[in-house]
Amino acid sequence: MESLLEKIKAGVLWDFPGGVHPPQRKKLSNQTEISLLPLAEHYWVPVKQHIGAVNHILVASGDKVKKGQALTAFNDKMSVPVHAPTSGTIGKIEPHVSAHPSGIPALSIQIIADGLDEWCEISPKIHFRTLPKSDVIGFIQAAGVAGLGGAAFPTHVKQTPNQPCEILLINGVECEPYITSDDRVMREHADEVIHGIEVLAYILEPKLVVIAIEDNKPEAINAMEAACAGKANFVVRVLPTKYPAGGEKQIIQVITNMEVPKGKISADIGVVSQNVGTVYAIYKAIYLGEPLIDRVVTVTGENIETAGNYRLPIGTPIAHVLNHVKHDNQHNERVIMGGPMMGFTVLNKQVPVTKITNCLLIPTQQELPDAPPEQACIRCGECADACPASLLPQQLYWHSKAKEHDKAQAYNLFDCIECGACAFVCPSDIPLVQYYRQTKAEIREANEEKIKAEKAKERFETRNARLERDKQERLDKHKRSAELRKQSLNTDQSAQDKIAAAMARAKAKKAQKNSTNDITKTDQNAEPNTLENTTLENSAVEKNAVESNISQSNSPIKNKAQEAIARAKAKREAKLNNNASTEEQNTTAPPSHKVESDLDHSPNEPVEADPIKSKAQAAIARAKAKREAKLKNADATATNSQKASASDSASQKEAEPKPENQRAATLTHDSTIDSNNDEIASTVSPIKLKAQAAIARAKAKKAAKLAEESKPAAHSSAESDKTTLEPKTAADQTDEQVDEHLQTSTTNEPTEISEAMYQTELEIDPIKSKAQAAIARAKAKRQQKMAEQASVTQPENAKAEANIQFDAEAKSRAKAAIERAKARRDQANQLAHGGETGSSSITNTTTASSLDSESGNSEDENANQVKAAKVKAALAKAKAKRQKS
Amino acid sequence: MSFKLASSPHTRKNNKTAFVMLTVMSACIPGILTQAYFFGFGVFIQLAICMSVALFTEYACLKWRNKPIKRSLTDNSALLTGLLLAVSIPPLAPWWIGAIGTLFAIALVKQAYGGLGQNIFNPAMAAYVLLLVSFPLSMTSWLPASSLMVIDLNFYDTLSTILTGYTSQGYSLEQLRSGIDGLTMATPLDAIKTNLLAGYTYNETLSLPIFDNGIGKGWFYVSLAYLVGGLYLLKKRIIKWQIPVSFIGTLGFLTLVTQAVNADGTGSMLLHLTSGATCFAAFFILTDPVSAATTNKGRLIYGALIGFLVFIIRQFGGYPDAVAFAVLLANMTVPLIDYYTQPKVFGHGDK
Repeated sequence: MESLLEKIKAGVLWDFPGGVHPPQRKKLSNQTEISLLPLAEHYWVPVKQHIGAVNHILVASGDKVKKGQALTAFNDKMSVPVHAPTSGTIGKIEPHVSAHPSGIPALSIQIIADGLDEWCEISPKIHFRTLPKSDVIGFIQAAGVAGLGGAAFPTHVKQTPNQPCEILLINGVECEPYITSDDRVMREHADEVIHGIEVLAYILEPKLVVIAIEDNKPEAINAMEAACAGKANFVVRVLPTKYPAGGEKQIIQVITNMEVPKGKISADIGVVSQNVGTVYAIYKAIYLGEPLIDRVVTVTGENIETAGNYRLPIGTPIAHVLNHVKHDNQHNERVIMGGPMMGFTVLNKQVPVTKITNCLLIPTQQELPDAPPEQACIRCGECADACPASLLPQQLYWHSKAKEHDKAQAYNLFDCIECGACAFVCPSDIPLVQYYRQTKAEIREANEEKIKAEKAKERFETRNARLERDKQERLDKHKRSAELRKQSLNTDQSAQDKIAAAMARAKAKKAQKNSTNDITKTDQNAEPNTLENTTLENSAVEKNAVESNISQSNSPIKNKAQEAIARAKAKREAKLNNNASTEEQNTTAPPSHKVESDLDHSPNEPVEADPIKSKAQAAIARAKAKREAKLKNADATATNSQKASASDSASQKEAEPKPENQRAATLTHDSTIDSNNDEIASTVSPIKLKAQAAIARAKAKKAAKLAEESKPAAHSSAESDKTTLEPKTAADQTDEQVDEHLQTSTTNEPTEISEAMYQTELEIDPIKSKAQAAIARAKAKRQQKMAEQASVTQPENAKAEANIQFDAEAKSRAKAAIERAKARRDQANQLAHGGETGSSSITNTTTASSLDSESGNSEDENANQVKAAKVKAALAKAKAKRQKS
Repeated sequence: MSFKLASSPHTRKNNKTAFVMLTVMSACIPGILTQAYFFGFGVFIQLAICMSVALFTEYACLKWRNKPIKRSLTDNSALLTGLLLAVSIPPLAPWWIGAIGTLFAIALVKQAYGGLGQNIFNPAMAAYVLLLVSFPLSMTSWLPASSLMVIDLNFYDTLSTILTGYTSQGYSLEQLRSGIDGLTMATPLDAIKTNLLAGYTYNETLSLPIFDNGIGKGWFYVSLAYLVGGLYLLKKRIIKWQIPVSFIGTLGFLTLVTQAVNADGTGSMLLHLTSGATCFAAFFILTDPVSAATTNKGRLIYGALIGFLVFIIRQFGGYPDAVAFAVLLANMTVPLIDYYTQPKVFGHGDK
């Protein structure tokens, strides 16, 4: 570094690659002194004029402000405030057309000048050397000084480099054609510039201060050399004129032969560079206490007769400038802010002068003609030779045009400084820089999109992982609790019933939800389940098979579960009923309500294994029941010879009508689903309703049959009890069909089951619910039969008794049972008058039961009360009869 | 009022493509004149044929491709292609030779690839190779320098020969090519190739009438004229120095070495550099920006590669001259050369 400093002092200069020599045309504007324009009526001060954070606005509309008063705060390290360019009133604070190629509106503060141009209180810091450096930096920041050379980089930030500053480089190169503001500042304010440099030197303590000026500004060079005279370590370096020698990286390369590495700033290699205009602003901020409220702007172009440099307050609208310079109004169709190489055309006259506005160029068409149409690239390589960054513009152009962003980046698109040298030399008039700007913007946008997409993906994956975790936890929990339940069941026999009921409830909940979620699925599952079930039950008790058929075809899981509950309860109630009063029925009724409400609101839970399990349980239960029934059958032969003889054959016979039943059930179910397709909102409940309705109807018919047959013989009622299980499914078939089924079925099974019940009950069976349900059913039937046997003359009462037990036990079944009881009674009555009318009552009752089971409303309560009363009576009778017998 | 918007830079150098092409064509003038002086008016007629066919083909292609016609036609690139082909073919070659060659160069080699700037191969050289392999006799029927010709040809005779194959007096091209001794005159490179293959030494070959003090009669001055034009282009910064220098340097070095090693078996460096298409190609063919390498390092490699290929083919191949083949072969390597010779970008440290 020392040798480098020596070389620089000795006057050694280096070169940067490429570069062009556009016509300078500086003579247009550098012949006159910097002058002032009259005050404008209003100024538009953009809130953000620097690279960095947006500031908080300190003033409100209507406030009075003095010249130099801060309009915004500057809390952030990267921000600088803006100040009122003159005294007056704050007008609008709103987005205003900006000094940007797009003219995109930017938040600006309007100052309506009062014409007094009164300064606020200002405090010069001439003795800055007695102040801490951080304070001086603070003053520079408070004065709103930002790089006036082009980028508006907050100046104070540059004054706090991470590395010790070796060289302070003062950029007076001004390589852009036409622009002479720095030239004039150096000529007229050389001493002030030197003072400004001294402020910077005090802060940075550089080993060498280099003032770089292009050789096309001899007056400025002389002025600066005169001002530097006698100052140690101040060097004025004269650079050969070549565009873009004024670019920060290029000037550093020319002066020091060092390249600012990619992704770093000049301070990282020990060089701090400041523009002459910026240094002048620092002088004013420290020596005069004036914040940056104006700047020297070159107003030039062949269209301006009084071309020259003007000290314009920040915020001056271009219209005001044009009003006060002589120009050909007819041809000011273009206003370029900046020079002809890197400047941009502004949108309209309302665009304000900002801190980076070094030139307003209003050229004639002859002077700077519009770009001719783009022609084919002939790969002449002129652009590559002109590029100061040693890029290959023709390749960048090729890939930019083809939107090959990867390749454009591989050719280091982002090292392009957009100096315009390539487009300047292009013989085919290709707007190369425009292509690069566009591609850069597209790449930035694409990168942002990519980041967004990645974040979204991450979020999605995290969520999925969480859901999976939750699901796993839930499954584990269920597994654990299921095991616990099993254990407690095994150990605690007395709690069996309750647990079984609870399990059944839980399953019912799951099942309910399952079927609620997917009616169609249920629909699809119905048939295969039925068939599967059928095969399972080939040797099982037909009654159960048929029952399960019905329940499955309607809503396999849910109904089964419900049945299970019902059966479990029925069993318990049956037991209770054997030696307890009907009051108990009422006490047990509420839980069944609860179960139903639970069913309706049960949470969504995975229940994959459930249907199979319950089926299996049912099968086992049935098997046991049958075995027991057989055993019992042998004993019962004496009393019921007919039934005993038929018991085995019946089971086989029953297997035949089964498919038919299944079909019928499926048909019923299908029609139900079809009719419900339109009422999607009602989800599962219609199915449930229908199922129950079907059961109710079937039972009603059974009752009707019983009513008919109970008269001739006691055992025939039992027979019909068995047969009811079939007509359930065939409810939609004609009564004749039902009758046929009834005739084919000549079983005395109920008796068997009633016997089996006791056995099963005693057993400790892990798969309780089904078995118990089966037992419950059997019990119920036994009760029924007992009632029948007790009183052949009063069959409806006996039935009622049996069915009331159901009612008290499980809501859905119970209701159906009640209705059945009613139906039977009605049927019995109607049979006396004529059979056919019974069907209407059946319909009525089933409807009623459906409604009841679903709504659980006050009618339900009433009905229960009425029924309860009847039941009591029936029970009393039944008991009396039994005792007699 | 809104201002007119434009993208920077707002100022441009005034060296348009059309101007570049025109400058290149004007730089050919000394060479063309010298050629006409030594080999007759044929070159003018060939120029007229090739350039008019070039313009017509360009127009037809642009029209067919629905491209802006005026802008492309006036970029002078088609005319330049026609010119370069015209000076490459024998002056008395039948008219259809130039016509077919130009048609091929413009329609297939240039426009079929997408027009100006898109072609991989140098159109003039691709057409030359097509003609050479398709019509070898016509393409090698170079006349001897006028001073050696028995029959003087006026302009009308030349035109007649090109259009019909015979002069107004009924001489055929073959007869025109014969010297006083009745032997057919060949080009210097042709003669050397033939004679060396026939067992003569290089010095014996030099005693042929087509040679004059070890250089090809007429050919030497034509080469010099093109050299002058090329230097003019260099001065005008229309072309870069890398390609001509590396090409001539490589070819010169290789021939110098072989001359030193085997003086009898090979042509001298001077003969190689001033015969055939060497000088013309160095400044007008190789420097075609579209089909040449674009990086400075790449240009050096490109020129050297062609120099090497020319030497190899002239020395060991079947063709007396080899510039066209060498150029086409090098054209293919351009993307690769460009890719691996990218300059170090500012701030990227040492690569």
